Amino acid sequence: MAMPMESPISFTNVGRIKWWQRGIFASQTGYVLLALAVLLVIMHFASPYFFTEGNMQNVAKNFSFIAIATLGVTFVIITGGIDLSVGSMMCFSAMITSMVMTELSAPGSPLVHMAADGKTVLANVPGLILLVSVLAGLGVALIAGLVNGFCIAVLGLSPFVTTLGMLSIVRGLGYVVSNGRGSFPGGPDADYFYAATSGDVLGVPVPFIYLMILALTMAVVLHHTSFGRHVFALGGNEKAAELTGIPVVRVKIEVYVICALAAGLQGIIISGWLGSAPANMATSYELNVIAAAVIGGANLAGGIGGPLGAIVGCVLLEVIRNGLVLAQVSSYWQQTLVGVIIILAVLVDRIRSRMT
Amino acid sequence: MAHADTTPVLELSGIGKEFGAIRALHDVDLQVLPGEVVGLMGDNGAGKSTLVKIIAGNFRPSHGEIRFAGNAVHFSRPVDARAVGIEVVYQDLALADNLTAAANVFLGRELKRKFGPVALLDHKAMAARALELFGELRSETRPDDLVKQMSGGQRQAVAIARTRLSNARLVMMDEPTAAISVRQVEQVLGLIHRLKEQGVAVMLISHRMPDVFAVCDRVIVMRRGEKRADKPIHETSPEEVTALITGAKEAA
Repeated sequence: MAMPMESPISFTNVGRIKWWQRGIFASQTGYVLLALAVLLVIMHFASPYFFTEGNMQNVAKNFSFIAIATLGVTFVIITGGIDLSVGSMMCFSAMITSMVMTELSAPGSPLVHMAADGKTVLANVPGLILLVSVLAGLGVALIAGLVNGFCIAVLGLSPFVTTLGMLSIVRGLGYVVSNGRGSFPGGPDADYFYAATSGDVLGVPVPFIYLMILALTMAVVLHHTSFGRHVFALGGNEKAAELTGIPVVRVKIEVYVICALAAGLQGIIISGWLGSAPANMATSYELNVIAAAVIGGANLAGGIGGPLGAIVGCVLLEVIRNGLVLAQVSSYWQQTLVGVIIILAVLVDRIRSRMT
Repeated sequence: MAHADTTPVLELSGIGKEFGAIRALHDVDLQVLPGEVVGLMGDNGAGKSTLVKIIAGNFRPSHGEIRFAGNAVHFSRPVDARAVGIEVVYQDLALADNLTAAANVFLGRELKRKFGPVALLDHKAMAARALELFGELRSETRPDDLVKQMSGGQRQAVAIARTRLSNARLVMMDEPTAAISVRQVEQVLGLIHRLKEQGVAVMLISHRMPDVFAVCDRVIVMRRGEKRADKPIHETSPEEVTALITGAKEAA
């Protein structure tokens, strides 16, 4: 059936696109990365404390506190959706985790069988309580993510409205289960919990290590699996994705579940650093997370984004915050500046794409 | 008709479709032979797109029978039609602008390589196969360029290459020349010739008389949900087809 080719096609009319006009060099992520590098140099000269080990650890830890959730929301943004429920999800997962941990460790709790030595059975296996409680925290995130995905992909509700509702539902449930007081990690595994969420390995903050692992995984998933390809196709042209036989509904549900799980994990890590999960924890964090993703180059119209951009966005936000503190500028300026940067980043990208 | 002795690749008999009280199609019979290019013409509302959607599996006919390569077929979803070898090139081409040409060609049927439990995309194999397909279509299209940056003709080539991937036996093209430049129209008509050379039957749905007369072997005219004419192209003229479309001439 295949026709013999007279000769391989010659590209007489179609030039090759120059290397600096494609890939990362032609992306908003590239520009923002450049801006970040410039900013780091400026900071170095502006404050002798900036590049000290202690400050770097601080920066690494602080941006890791929103970056994992940013990775998750980036998946959703690439498909052209939005998830406003991440802040509430962080709080609720953290709260459930610490409540389950305390409950399973408490002698006399109706859920727990006592062993002969007066401890609960679960407490006799080191780390088991921790494991069960983290799974419980992620479990509620999974359920909320499934509900988001179901409403959006199957019922066809708008992502903005659905997740706005979920923001309120999950925050409300957090107040309900804790009676508005929040909760604290407790019991024999609490030390493991603190070590696993806010400890260091060879001077590197643990959250930063989680972030790197997850970001690398995300890069592989997005660019080297068919799931990742379908995520991009969905954001590029949803109708085309459907016509070519991509399981659109499944992919959509999956991205909202991934986003909710990332937010849940992020919340659990933050609660380890805070030492508690107050009921108003991570309020309005969804805005920081979405801002970081957008600054890093994720396009709210869909089809563009990635882990590098998500991290660059988070680092930029944190360096600015940190820099303002070191420069002894009132930290109230931070929010204003973040807003300016969001608009600038998108503006620069718009100007660039007009020029080519 | 050059291939009169072979079995028709597509054969419709007595196809009708009602939407509630509206009769969109009535008693349509038609045949398409392998390697034949058939033009489907008609004014808006004549029933062209309903007919195409029935063949593509978007709608089920209310009456009649569809035979594909001699066998009766029933499509309940577009995937079913694709499975037997019917591909549609949509008017808006159904391409994802943010992906490369190769990614679009292989969208939904990516080639993968197993690494233990995980299957990763085989970028190299997909790019090589896509380049081969573009070569067959004689289109200067690079597999790793983004579709966003391509000309209308190149985009058509990508959409058509997608149909070649599955070795489709019938390709339906919905207004492929509607919104592109003169030079690109030439390219697209060239692409249709390439398909024909390879024994693929093509159904061209178009409003543009010159294009239909340039590439089609046969023209079918629809009006008010019925087939009004089905003639070899050399036995008719643009004037006659226009008269049939508008109703100045009832049937031929």
